[in-house]
Amino acid sequence: MAATETSTATVPTLYTNTLRNAFGGVLSFFILLLIGVLAFSIRLFSVIKYESVIHEFDPYFNYRVTQFLTKNGIYEFWNWFDDRTWYPLGRVIGGTVYPGLTLTAGTIWWLLNSLNIPLSVETVCVFTAPIFSAFASWAAYLLTKEVKGAGAGLTAAALLAMVPSYISRSVAGSYDNEAVAIFALIFTFYLYIKTLNTGSLFYATLNSIAYFYMVCSWGGYTFIINLIPMHVLLCIVTGRYSSRLYIAYAPLVVLGTLLAALVPVVGFNAVMTSEHFASFLVFIIIHVVALVYYIKGILSPKMFKVAVTLVVSAGLAVCLAMIAVLIALVASSPTKGWSGRSLSLLDPTYASKYIPIIASVSEHQPPTWPSYFMDINVLAFLVPAGIIACFLPLSDASSFVVLYIATSVYFSGVMVRLMLVLAPAACITSGIALSQAFDVFTRSIKFQLPGVSSNAEVDAGETSSATAEAQNNVVKTEKTETSKDRPSRKSKKKEREHVEKPSTKAKAEKKRLLALPLEASFISLLLLVLLGAFYVVHCVWAAAEAYSAPSIVLTSHSHDGLHVFDDFREAYAWLRHNTDVDDKVASWWDYGYQTTAMANRTVIVDNNTWNNTHIATVGTAMSSPEKAAWEIFHSLDVKYVLVVFGGLVGYPSDDINKFLWMVRIGGGVFPHIKEPDYLRDGQYRIDSQATPTMLNCLMYKLSYYRFVETDGKGFDRVRRTEIGKKYFKLSHFEEVFTTHHWMVRIYKLKPPKNRIRGKTKKSKSKTSSTSSPRKSGTKKKNPWH
Amino acid sequence: METPIRSRETLSLTLFSLLFFICKSSPLHHLLISNAERRIDLSSHIVKVYLTLKIENAGSTPASEVLLAFPPAQVDHLATVEALATKGKRKKTTLVHLEVKPTELPDAPNDAKYFTIYLASPLNSGESTTLEVLYMLTHSLEPFPAEIAQSESQLVFYRDNALILLPYHVRQQTTFIKTPSNKVESFTRVEPTNRAGTEIKYGPYEDRPPYSFSPILVHFENNSPFAVVEELVREVEISHWGNLQVTEQYTLVHAGARHKGVFSRVDYQSRPSLNGVSSFRYLLARLPPRVHSVYYRDEIGNISSSHLRTDSRKSELEIEPRYPLFGGWKATFVIGYGLPLQDFLFESSNDKRYLNFTFGCPLLETVVDKLTFKVVLPEGSKDPSAVVPFPVEQHLETKYSYLDVVGRTVVVLEKKNVVPVHNTHFQVYYTFKPIFMLAEPMMLASAFFLFFVACVAYLHIDLSIRK
Repeated sequence: MAATETSTATVPTLYTNTLRNAFGGVLSFFILLLIGVLAFSIRLFSVIKYESVIHEFDPYFNYRVTQFLTKNGIYEFWNWFDDRTWYPLGRVIGGTVYPGLTLTAGTIWWLLNSLNIPLSVETVCVFTAPIFSAFASWAAYLLTKEVKGAGAGLTAAALLAMVPSYISRSVAGSYDNEAVAIFALIFTFYLYIKTLNTGSLFYATLNSIAYFYMVCSWGGYTFIINLIPMHVLLCIVTGRYSSRLYIAYAPLVVLGTLLAALVPVVGFNAVMTSEHFASFLVFIIIHVVALVYYIKGILSPKMFKVAVTLVVSAGLAVCLAMIAVLIALVASSPTKGWSGRSLSLLDPTYASKYIPIIASVSEHQPPTWPSYFMDINVLAFLVPAGIIACFLPLSDASSFVVLYIATSVYFSGVMVRLMLVLAPAACITSGIALSQAFDVFTRSIKFQLPGVSSNAEVDAGETSSATAEAQNNVVKTEKTETSKDRPSRKSKKKEREHVEKPSTKAKAEKKRLLALPLEASFISLLLLVLLGAFYVVHCVWAAAEAYSAPSIVLTSHSHDGLHVFDDFREAYAWLRHNTDVDDKVASWWDYGYQTTAMANRTVIVDNNTWNNTHIATVGTAMSSPEKAAWEIFHSLDVKYVLVVFGGLVGYPSDDINKFLWMVRIGGGVFPHIKEPDYLRDGQYRIDSQATPTMLNCLMYKLSYYRFVETDGKGFDRVRRTEIGKKYFKLSHFEEVFTTHHWMVRIYKLKPPKNRIRGKTKKSKSKTSSTSSPRKSGTKKKNPWH
Repeated sequence: METPIRSRETLSLTLFSLLFFICKSSPLHHLLISNAERRIDLSSHIVKVYLTLKIENAGSTPASEVLLAFPPAQVDHLATVEALATKGKRKKTTLVHLEVKPTELPDAPNDAKYFTIYLASPLNSGESTTLEVLYMLTHSLEPFPAEIAQSESQLVFYRDNALILLPYHVRQQTTFIKTPSNKVESFTRVEPTNRAGTEIKYGPYEDRPPYSFSPILVHFENNSPFAVVEELVREVEISHWGNLQVTEQYTLVHAGARHKGVFSRVDYQSRPSLNGVSSFRYLLARLPPRVHSVYYRDEIGNISSSHLRTDSRKSELEIEPRYPLFGGWKATFVIGYGLPLQDFLFESSNDKRYLNFTFGCPLLETVVDKLTFKVVLPEGSKDPSAVVPFPVEQHLETKYSYLDVVGRTVVVLEKKNVVPVHNTHFQVYYTFKPIFMLAEPMMLASAFFLFFVACVAYLHIDLSIRK
């Protein structure tokens, strides 16, 4: 790239410039290396402060899948039918899981083990996320370098390495799809831009492979397959169509869709669902446009006009007919071919209206304003500046960045979880903004300092690689305007040099005019550095304090030191070692993944909320009185019921606080559960004012059984009240385990009473004709009949 | 659990009939026991029996062997048998360890099993000597009732013989049974029998023929932790860079009366003296001094409840499993630590090195049902041999650790029924050339060197087709 500039300089400066470029290359290599180290090490707070352990809920499932993969091999993995979850339905893991993450970690583990480095699967899983965040920051460097040059690239990479939003999903131990997917997302975008800038089919192929990896890793791949068509459409509409655009897009759609259909979880969805519809529409449009440009090239203008009118009138009719058919097809499916989560993206109120199970997940809620400041911090202020910088001058690549940030801001506004998609966009735009600002200020300082003013002109030419890159892009876009119909590479190069010579001179003069006063630029530089420092401080704080807790171990600082609440693992370990291996454990779905992974026991529902009815059954059982609940659980072969209770130590996200969702989800399927029955004047309470339905439901009883004996009053530290019903006995359940801080309580279903059998015997001996009592017995058991 | 107990009962009955059975063909009758005293310690779940035998040679030929007999049911639970001979007179007595070996006799009555004690010097006719015998029994206390609730304390049965089972004529014998507390539900009386406090005295009995048997049953309270490690794998990895890494994998179980029904945390926490008296929360592991980087975890992560106390002579690690262990409850965990190599690795005279390490389980007062000890020698070491003071099963394995090419030799020692007495030193000898220590650093260095060479080469070669 720099070769174009050195060609204008004299011989001695040529030597110094190549040296300088080489030095710059080495320097930026080491800076990138350090950024990678930074990205990795800032995520190790969780290991240092807590321990090397898998975090939260979903990672435990991924960890379990990885364990299975490493133990049984890839073929077993594809065919894995998991009978330890969703009892009695089971789940086809191989066909319903995004395999990218597990395959990645499995490959890393396999590689290390074949080199005789005996790391455990757990260790590999824990450190996958930090490794991939280092990769992600390098990918951000590449992407931004394509857009605005190496300086902006380095800044963006440094910002991305420590952006809190991404840290929250990729600390060591947070072994989740997003950790790998963000890298895949940025890298796919980079390859798209690279193809767009070079028009090389090689990169286009790489792009579809990167897209394939993204499809493997995360359901968020639909963002790519919608954003890129949007950008292509934007380019076409704004008259920026070129053969490079065609090369960047057409192979991606064809190869990408074929590859995506290979992933079992996507399969035919890659062509059937509406999420992919936009890409095919734009695929048709780009071919029409390409055809039009081709015909325009071979026909005379007059003939072309005739042809246009002819084709437009005929083509419009065909198009209308096809669109009508398509719309009819799409409209015939109830959800209009969109999945629930995607629909809730388009219509933010959709989930809360129709699917309580999606709305009940906290990460599917819209974010609050403070969470923007928490997650992207000062980047929120730099983004607008970056967007402006992208418009000066607007290239294909920079227009993509603008589009990316605009859409991701919208999506992050719908779901907290998608803040993660915003973070890279914000980093890239802020990187551009920061680097441009630094560029302007340093250049004006350099220009006005007396010592350097003599050769300022020369320096101004190549103050930093960033400006050079920027110029280069300008040149490129200029060139592409002029040489649209000449794809030959040689002629391009010639032309580039041709345009270059006058433009650099003009630039040097321009820069002199752009120089700011010395003091102003010094002060602004200082302020920028302060801003950056503030960002770093915030990120380190967020990494260390806010996002590193593994959530299965809780700690609290009190005056007499550190308290560790390790109750979850206490309960899971107890289940693992002291219950029968085939016992079924019922709990709210949040704890399903952890129970299967840590306790190795069969669960009824888990965090993969694919069967609403099943979850509603558990919700109904939890909100029913004891006897009805016992019958539901007994019909599901449940032996143990696990509830999470935070009332003793003040752990707020316990089952009592989640209980209304159980009522709602249960009531959505079984209408005899009505939410108003559990609310007193619209208020959810568990004190003496609570409704009798609330005080008699299973969840209340299992949570507060013998709770009053701890302090004599039954004061709940989460709800900050005394509980409503203090002394009661359980008739159908018995307490078999409660953890040290009472956070997890496990109950066993009492066996069915002998009396019932005696009764049937009696009735049989009395009258042999009636088989009806048995029938009515089975009827009672099933709550959904 | 059921079958061996029943078989033991039938066996004791058959042995009882042996009272009147006199074996004439055996050459053992040269010896006779003039005085025997037995003390049975039942205070923990490991039954310790101390026998003091005064032996006379009544025959005409010198005797160099003394036989001990055990009923077969007891032999299965017999962890160790040791014999000591007292030498010298009165004040200047010294104790000498004698060799004890299990022996098979062709005409053993009712499958009785024998151990032979080899005397240091043959006992001439008319002479007498005193032997001290210690043997330990594991899994010999049978909980009854077999299932108890949280608030109950644990009662156990102990079955034995009121008389000492010996293939010799015994002139006078006494047995003392020590129970952990004075709560004794019942005990069989074989007059004269006395009970005073925590001690039950059987005897003295005069002039009993060989193989006298009179079954007794003691039913008493024992709330000591019945900590049994079902399987323990200890792995010691020797690194000649100066570290000894020890990893111990435990499968712990409470082998006492099974917990029945409810576990109520509120009762357990508010009334600890009445609730769960037979359960245990803590275990104490005694580790070597200068231990470092200790960890205590299980398959789902670190267990935060442990304390390490170190001083110059020993280290004590107090570990608390994730939950208190009630009868029948299990827990698994791993303890790992590093030790300085110079404390344990020495050079012997014949150009060999040897590791000197303790064999048994570092947890105090625990029984290990199956102990596997793996000594991972450094890569490139040769001629491994182990010297263990008691019989163990041995074989060799190969293990691949960090960047190994040929693999490390692992000496595997296996022993069943290990009690704290087995915490004695054993040695593993091997030869090792220090040059092998450099193999892995050299390998890494050359790999990086090749990588850089490849990079340089790639940058200087123009692979493009276009010119």
